[in-house]
Formats: sequence, structure tokens, C-alpha cells
Amino acid sequence: MQSVGFLSRDRIVADVGWSRWLVPPAALSIHLAIGSVYAWSVFKLPLHETLKASGLQSALPFTFGIVILGISAAVFGTAVEKRGPRWAMFVAATCFCSGLCVAAFAAEIGQMWLIIVGYGVIGGIGLGIGYISPVSTLMKWFPDRPGMATGFAIMGFGGGALIASPWSSQLMKWFGTDRQGLAATFLAMGAVYAVFMTVGVLLVRLPPPEWEPAVVRTAAPKSPHAAGPDRTANEAIKTPQFWLLWVVLCFNVTAGIGILERAAPIYRDYFPHAPSKAALTAAAAGFVAMLSLANSLGRIIWSSASDAVGRKNMYRLYLGVGAVGYLVLIVAQNASKPLFLVVCILLLSFYGAGFATVPAYLRDLFGYQEVGAIHGRLLTAWSTAGVLGPVIVNAIADNRIAAGVVGPDRYRWSFAIMVVLLLIALACNELIRTPQPPISVAAETDARKSATVSAVEEG
Amino acid sequence: MSEPSSPSNKVLGVLSWLWVGVPFTYGVYELAVKIPALFAN
Repeated sequence: MQSVGFLSRDRIVADVGWSRWLVPPAALSIHLAIGSVYAWSVFKLPLHETLKASGLQSALPFTFGIVILGISAAVFGTAVEKRGPRWAMFVAATCFCSGLCVAAFAAEIGQMWLIIVGYGVIGGIGLGIGYISPVSTLMKWFPDRPGMATGFAIMGFGGGALIASPWSSQLMKWFGTDRQGLAATFLAMGAVYAVFMTVGVLLVRLPPPEWEPAVVRTAAPKSPHAAGPDRTANEAIKTPQFWLLWVVLCFNVTAGIGILERAAPIYRDYFPHAPSKAALTAAAAGFVAMLSLANSLGRIIWSSASDAVGRKNMYRLYLGVGAVGYLVLIVAQNASKPLFLVVCILLLSFYGAGFATVPAYLRDLFGYQEVGAIHGRLLTAWSTAGVLGPVIVNAIADNRIAAGVVGPDRYRWSFAIMVVLLLIALACNELIRTPQPPISVAAETDARKSATVSAVEEG
Repeated sequence: MSEPSSPSNKVLGVLSWLWVGVPFTYGVYELAVKIPALFAN
């Protein structure tokens, strides 16, 4: 299953003199574009007004996009590993931009269902393939700092919404929010993202076989990873470690969505007093903006820290401090606004960091060989959380609102559930051990290691 | 191979980081201007 010509792995093996620092921008070109899916909410009101889409209908392109992301990452993960990052980035760009073009056509003819198919399904395939496309390549270029390397790319996915939200709003101001205006906006986004992502397709390179950065050769051994031989994706999913990590990711994401899903209403319920309604709306928008920044920066900062502290310890921090954070929100309620803000910033930074640190955690457990494909399968946890989180938060909050509860008490039960989920995830993280190879393979590996040590000592 | 070793490689490095850095900075700026309202009341 090799791709041919321009897209093949053979064509993108780096020449002597190629800098590994050119690979993160290639990854960011893809992730900054596909991360725009998180800014989908800016289209909800125009779709409601122009196409008469209900709240549920106008949310479906995003929901489908996230669900298809997880499914396509799982289904195409092995193909991405075998065909290489340029093929994957090209397919991702084609699907994502085609999805936007289909959405443009659908908006022009006023068909909401076709927007869901275009943006959510076709675009969602691009999201899944694009999300995993640079992961294993980055870790091969940065064996000394895999957490930082994948943190860069996955920060880009968070950062994509920061760009797309104001930009797409500006496009709708220029083109209008009638059917033609929405069509022009989707079309412009598809065209610009096609150019933007193409740079990533052209720039990405694979390191030559047996290549190691100078810092690894001269200063320190590679960070320890899987005992024994690297695992294939099919082998990895048969281990308890994979499923324990699946639960860790799923519940960490669910907990983050607990705040992210209703950020503006949560702020208004906790701090309803403001000089005017406009001031309260602006403050809530500022709260949402601050959480977005925390989500994005947490990805690079905490993931980079994991290279020094270790992946398991970082997840202890995300999950343990996260559970304490939700407890503080339940107990302290709105007694202190600075405390509320600090806790929410930490919770959202842990949410983003959970995504960014997991590829390096997988490398530690299962090695390099098919880490992209294994990562793809793990992302089904994200799809599950994408449904689970909003259901928990919205169902409970809506129920409390219907019961006439006001203020922070509306969120007491949903936050309590988040504490329980985080504690379960913390227990799962504690149970994760580096998988041991079969006895025969272990003996062979030990023999290889002994031979290597002897050779080094003799040399 | 780990660091840019030629002038053209360095130029490519600068351009590629600008390519992703400029839009990201725009996004962060647009976001940062909304945050002061959070502390206004």
C-alpha cells in the first residue's frame, strides 16, 4: 500500500542540511486550518436566520465533524503510517477544502442537509486524517522532545479557532449572511485553506532511516519507550494499557467540555452583576476568549513539560488537580472571581494538554512503529467525549433551570460528575504500566541489548 | 541535519514560521482585546 510519485514516502526523505525545525510549521499549516472547526459556532446564528435551521440542525455540522474525525482517524490511521505524511496531508487538505466547497454550494441552494454532509462528513474525514498526519513524523524528528513536538502541532488545532472565529465573522460582514453571502464565505475559506495547507504538504519531510539529532547522539540516550519491540496498532489495541489510556483521554476531554460547552452561560450564572447587559455580555465573551487561550497554550506548555517530568506524572497533574479544581468551583461558588478565573484557566489548560501529551504517552508505551495509527484509534475516545460531555452538562443544567434553580447551583451536579470522572481517569492512569514483551521476544531483546552494551564497552 | 546549514535553508525556516506565525498572532490579538472586558466590572 505505497503511494506513488510526488506523494510517496521515498520522495520526502530529507536531504543533508534539512532542518528539523521546518517540520513543525508544516504540521501547523495543517492543524491551524482544520482547527477552524472549533469556530463553527459563528455560523449558527446566520444559518438559523437564513436557512431556518433549528439549534440542533445548525450544530450538526460540528457534531458530525468531531465524530467523523475520530472514526476516520481510527479507520485511516494505518494507511497514514504506510503512505506517509505528505499523502495524508494532501488527502486531508483535499477532503477538508472540498467539504467547505460543498457547504458553499449547499448554502447557495439553501440545503442544510448538504451543509452537514459537506462540512461534517467530507470535511470530517479531512479533520481525522489531518489531525494524525504529522504526529509520528514530528516524534521521529524530535526523539529527544516528543511532547514538545506534538504539542506544537496540537496547539495549532486549538489555535485554528482563534484565527477562524474573527476571520469568518469578518468574511460574513463583507459578503453578508444571506445565502449568497454564506456561500461566498465558505468558498473563500475553502480557497484560502487550500493554499495554506498546500505549504504544509510541500514542506513536510521524513528523517532518513537511523537518523538521530546531534543532541541525542552526543548528550543523552533517547527517552525510554516501549520495552521490547514496537507494537503495531492491532497489537496495541489488544493491551489493557491502550484501553486504560482511552478512558483517561475520554474522561479528561469530557471534563474539559464540562466548562467549554457552556462557558458564557456559566460566567453569567456565577457573576450576574454588571453595570449593564452589554457589559455582562462583553465580560462573558472575554471569559470565553480567555479559556480559548488557556486551551491553546496549555497544549504546548504542559506537553513540553512532560518531556522532563514524564507522561504519567503530567496526567496525574491534569486529572488530580482537575478534580480538585472542580471541587473548588462547587464549594467556593462565586465567592472570589480571581479564584474562579484561575481554576477555570487551569482546567482548560489541562483539557488541551490532555490532547497534546497523549501521542508521546503512546510512543512511550508502544514505540514509534505505528504510533500514528494507534493515536488514530485512540481518538475514538474524543468522539465519545464529544457526545458525552455536552449531554451531561446540558441535560443537568437544563433540568436545574427548569426546576427554577439560579446561580452556581445550576452546575453543582454536573461538576460533581466531572470530579468522579476525573478520579476514575486518575485511577486508570495509575494502572498503566509499560507493556512487557512476550517472554521469547524479551529474551531476544535482552540478548540484543547485551551485545550492544558489549560492543559499546569494547568500542 | 538538525539545524539550518545554508542561507537558503535559513530563509525557508524564517518564511515557514512567518507563514504560520502571522495568522496565529492575528488570532491571539483578536482574542486578547476581548479579555479586558472581563475585568471591567
